[in-house]
Amino acid sequence: MSLNLTDITLTYPDGDTRLTALDQVTLEVPKGSLTAVVGPSGSGKSSLLAVAATLITPDAGTVTIDGTPTTGMTRGELTDLRRHKIGIVFQQPNLLPSLTAAEQLQVMAQIDGRKPRTARGRAMELLDAVGLADQAGRRPHQLSGGQRQRVNIARALMNDPTVLLVDEPTSALDHERGAAVIDLITRLTHQQATATVLVTHDRTHLTAVDQIAEVHDGRLRLPAHT
Amino acid sequence: MYVAWRDLKFAKGRFALMGTVIVLITLLVGLLSGLTAGLGQQNISAITSLPADKIAFGAPGQGEKLSYSNSTVTEKQWQQWAKTPGVSTAEPLGITTTKATAGSKSTGVSAFGVRRGSALAPESSRLDDHAAVLSTTAAADLGVAAGDTFSLAGQKVTVAAVRGDVFFSHTPVIWTSLGLWQKAAPPSGRADGPTATVIALHTTSGAGIKAADRAAGTETVSTDDSLSAIGSYTSENGSLQLMRGFLFAISALVIGAFFTVWTIQRSGDVAVLKALGASTANLLRDALGQAVVLLAGGTLIGTGIAAGLGALVAGSAVPFLLTPATVLVPAAVMIALGALGAALSIRRITSVDPLTALGSAR
Repeated sequence: MSLNLTDITLTYPDGDTRLTALDQVTLEVPKGSLTAVVGPSGSGKSSLLAVAATLITPDAGTVTIDGTPTTGMTRGELTDLRRHKIGIVFQQPNLLPSLTAAEQLQVMAQIDGRKPRTARGRAMELLDAVGLADQAGRRPHQLSGGQRQRVNIARALMNDPTVLLVDEPTSALDHERGAAVIDLITRLTHQQATATVLVTHDRTHLTAVDQIAEVHDGRLRLPAHT
Repeated sequence: MYVAWRDLKFAKGRFALMGTVIVLITLLVGLLSGLTAGLGQQNISAITSLPADKIAFGAPGQGEKLSYSNSTVTEKQWQQWAKTPGVSTAEPLGITTTKATAGSKSTGVSAFGVRRGSALAPESSRLDDHAAVLSTTAAADLGVAAGDTFSLAGQKVTVAAVRGDVFFSHTPVIWTSLGLWQKAAPPSGRADGPTATVIALHTTSGAGIKAADRAAGTETVSTDDSLSAIGSYTSENGSLQLMRGFLFAISALVIGAFFTVWTIQRSGDVAVLKALGASTANLLRDALGQAVVLLAGGTLIGTGIAAGLGALVAGSAVPFLLTPATVLVPAAVMIALGALGAALSIRRITSVDPLTALGSAR
């Protein structure tokens, strides 16, 4: 398995008490497969994604990325792990306004200590894969919402991650473009052999996913539908 | 510098605005530095150019400070210093500010009285009670050349030579004999009569200065320390240095404020980069590099303009001194203090939580 969440419990302070966001959640996602995590707002989907992204340390349980347990890792080690093993597709594209589409991808090489121009080829390859090779020189404000989301997806794959975490990628898109983005993620998951977790509240595009997990009040139910 | 460099090019307006502020502050600091040095030179250059390492003043009264205006030394004190072991030369130096007139032109001058043949004055072998050596500015102000005559405090004097261009207390120096100086200087009221204002000493390391001071009734300080005994220099230089200091502080604060706002504005981008795996050290390097590029660029332009303006006015009536020290040192201080201000501002990058990149909050 490339992503293992085992007995994850996560609580938040809520006044004098603590609110349980994730309650003994266990999830296994193999390489080259796409797992959709669905549930209503406030059910714990985003918390699950944040824990899988190593952005939050759970109160209990173990996160294992590509066979490496993250328990006890320092903040620096978790940053390194995210850089090399985890790709994140944000809900909003979160593109840097001063960078072109190609540079949004090349910056991933820069934060890895490599020369960004050496990553130009890989960036163009991924932009081509998401159908934006001809938009490589455009900045975010010159791209449509759907195009920005595709750059967001391509950026997440730039450092060949083992795990791809996708946060509500269709929330700002219309039905047609939303379906195209889900198709793209499905295709790239198989092409790039990533263990992909797709968090969404919208079930309409989930026909091609490998597994659907439902979250309610912090508890995960698997499988609801395949 | 990958993102930082592109930010600089992308947000041109914002950085141009800040760059302009840096240029203007640097220009102001550069001009003020040149002016401070120029005014300082017009106050002290006659003293700093003396071939002496120490100056012996007549001991001031209780509670009084050393002063070139108030000091007088006698022949006896001078002789005592001349015999002191470790003192290679002791030369009496009389200083007084008076009026010189040549035809219809007149100007305030500082008369520096020295012994004939003294190393303190240029061409001092040509000095006598009727001949003086003029500095270039004194000669120009009076419109005289070697061989001409002029009046110094009512005494008819011939210009023996025109040499050098030194000033004391904003007046050009005229080198005279001690005899001529004593006629020009106001009476001291001392029974044993003044020989001079101070004694210029050239000492070796073994000189017993304190003991000699006690024996001679003098107070001796280094030539540099003696500059504080020029009243106009202390107050003028102090005020200008205070202004310069405030400008440095203001520039650091303005740059710090700009980068504080800039860092807050881009904290969302920082969160995204952190979430993607950028280390905090990498992000801090990037941001500090951006600040240094902006500072260096702005300071370079501002310093260039200040140097250009300084070169234009140097030699005119404006006392502007253009040297590497007056141009490059303020520029280096500007960059260092600005970088410090920026560093304090961008440290908030360390507290940006990458978790905020998730969700729809951005």
